[in-house]
Amino acid sequence: MSGAPLLEIRDLEVVFDTPAGAVQAVGGVSLDVHEGECLALVGESGSGKTQAMLACLGLLAGNGRTQGSVRYAGQELVGADEAALQHVRGTGIALLSQDPMNTLTPHLRIETQLVELLLDRGLATRAEARERAVQALREVDIPDPAARLRQYPHELSGGMRQRVALAIALMGRPRLLLADEPTTALDVSVQARVLDLLGNVCASGLGLLLVTHDLGVVAALADRVAVMYAGRLVEVAPVAELFAAPRHPYTAALLAAVPRLRGDEYGRLPAIAGTPPRPGQPAAGCAFAPRCSHAVQACRETKPDLRGLEPGIDVTVACHRPLSAVAQPA
Amino acid sequence: MSVAAPALLQVDGVSVRFPLRNGVPGARERTVDALREVSVEVPSGGRVGIVGESGSGKSTLARVVLGLRRADAGRVLWDGEAVDYRDAARLRRLRREMQVVFQDPFGSLDPRMTAGAAVAEALQALRSPVPRAAERVRVLQALEEVGLAPGLADRYPHELSGGQCQRVAIARATIARPRLLVCDEAVSALDVSVQAQIVNLLRDLSERHGMALLFISHNLAVVRYLCDSVVVLHRGHVVEQGSLAEVFERPRDAYTRMLLAAVPEPDPALARRRARG
Repeated sequence: MSGAPLLEIRDLEVVFDTPAGAVQAVGGVSLDVHEGECLALVGESGSGKTQAMLACLGLLAGNGRTQGSVRYAGQELVGADEAALQHVRGTGIALLSQDPMNTLTPHLRIETQLVELLLDRGLATRAEARERAVQALREVDIPDPAARLRQYPHELSGGMRQRVALAIALMGRPRLLLADEPTTALDVSVQARVLDLLGNVCASGLGLLLVTHDLGVVAALADRVAVMYAGRLVEVAPVAELFAAPRHPYTAALLAAVPRLRGDEYGRLPAIAGTPPRPGQPAAGCAFAPRCSHAVQACRETKPDLRGLEPGIDVTVACHRPLSAVAQPA
Repeated sequence: MSVAAPALLQVDGVSVRFPLRNGVPGARERTVDALREVSVEVPSGGRVGIVGESGSGKSTLARVVLGLRRADAGRVLWDGEAVDYRDAARLRRLRREMQVVFQDPFGSLDPRMTAGAAVAEALQALRSPVPRAAERVRVLQALEEVGLAPGLADRYPHELSGGQCQRVAIARATIARPRLLVCDEAVSALDVSVQAQIVNLLRDLSERHGMALLFISHNLAVVRYLCDSVVVLHRGHVVEQGSLAEVFERPRDAYTRMLLAAVPEPDPALARRRARG
């Protein structure tokens, strides 16, 4: 990876003020996303992955507070005023969310929603914007794009809606796309298509921050993977390395718990005992320690920092007792 | 499947048709076939997976079996005997033997009822009344069986995690020892680590009590760890059915093969090769 990262997240913290007191959803997250790279942020519900992503765009709920630093192309976004953020949103960083039925406005034609950004910002005339809208639909493999422009969201299938949402996200020619569970609501046959398109988006030079719980999607798309647990990063590694030799016991247990289509045994799934801690119940030590079969006393007492493993291996892990590459459970 | 005794559940040539309302007065009414002559058998104690994408008819099939929706053609047999869902007394008896767990763990519980009360309600409704003193013991036993500590009996759904709520729903459904549990996407809303726990729990309960499962899922991989046979539905048709090995390793139908190929596997080398090929 060469050059400065597109997105630099440093010590990001997200805290929500609730009637029960301040609840930390994200703690001490640092990540880079480069041009043409797909970084997957993986975690289960409540791990803070979505809040970390929303914090980057200044889109937290009203009671959310962000600390730390998020720089897009060198520009600080944490604490930036609404006008500055608005300038970055859409044309610098675009957002693709899970449910295409909620992102599209039901009573507006596809065309109106595609050209809105360009017209609002004065980036194109109506004729130019329309031309670009047709092209954007073509790029996401929508047949007969000119006819689709006149349609409403309810006239499209779920897969087509998500492709339209992707076309809308790409209209402002952003350099970075944040995608939150972009294929979770889709059938598998449709999902494969959207994954291909997102792969093309990366290949064309955009940075992609993919937030997902689906390790199959991660395997198909990501270059690097950051695993979150209870609001913190537990492991960051290149995708092949992470799947072949997970170093954090949580990553290893999570990979083992994924049901697979292949493999000889039709046996039990190796589940992780217990449940993730609820946000707002901070542990003194490692948050995974109560569920971890490798945990020792130190794990319950001091929080491990994210640190590099050995020189030459691009893996960072927050664990007092990281698994070695050789002694992997099969 | 050739067994002497009739299967526990037989769905025999069931068709369900939904009207498509296009809102034009006087227009000819069009219909869509949600299920077309679907036949499925669940042997006693067997675990049958029903897989398909949205719109395949898999939930409609569950609703027909449960008597929540009338079939336009075909019949459902229980112990070899055709079920008349209009017979209220028969239906009450059937519901003791056939229970259901739905997808949304919060939505299937009453937010004003504690976990213990929710399970007690099912016990009283489904069994011949249990004395109050015995009730608490039975409820705690049921909670323990699904892996919930006694202390959780007094919690409300919002004080429980999604996985815990789903365990309460399973305790409610299984406390009267049904012979068949219908699971409609029962693990789909759960996180991977919790999903594995619930899949194993369902397997354990099924094996321990000889309880049959009709497990409806869009996730093909989950079925591999729970069921012993699979039915693939596509647009209301059964396109393939057979043992796990038959369907997963030697799929004969083109749609089944496409479906299996489209699932991204948690293996970067495999997932990428497929994406490019």
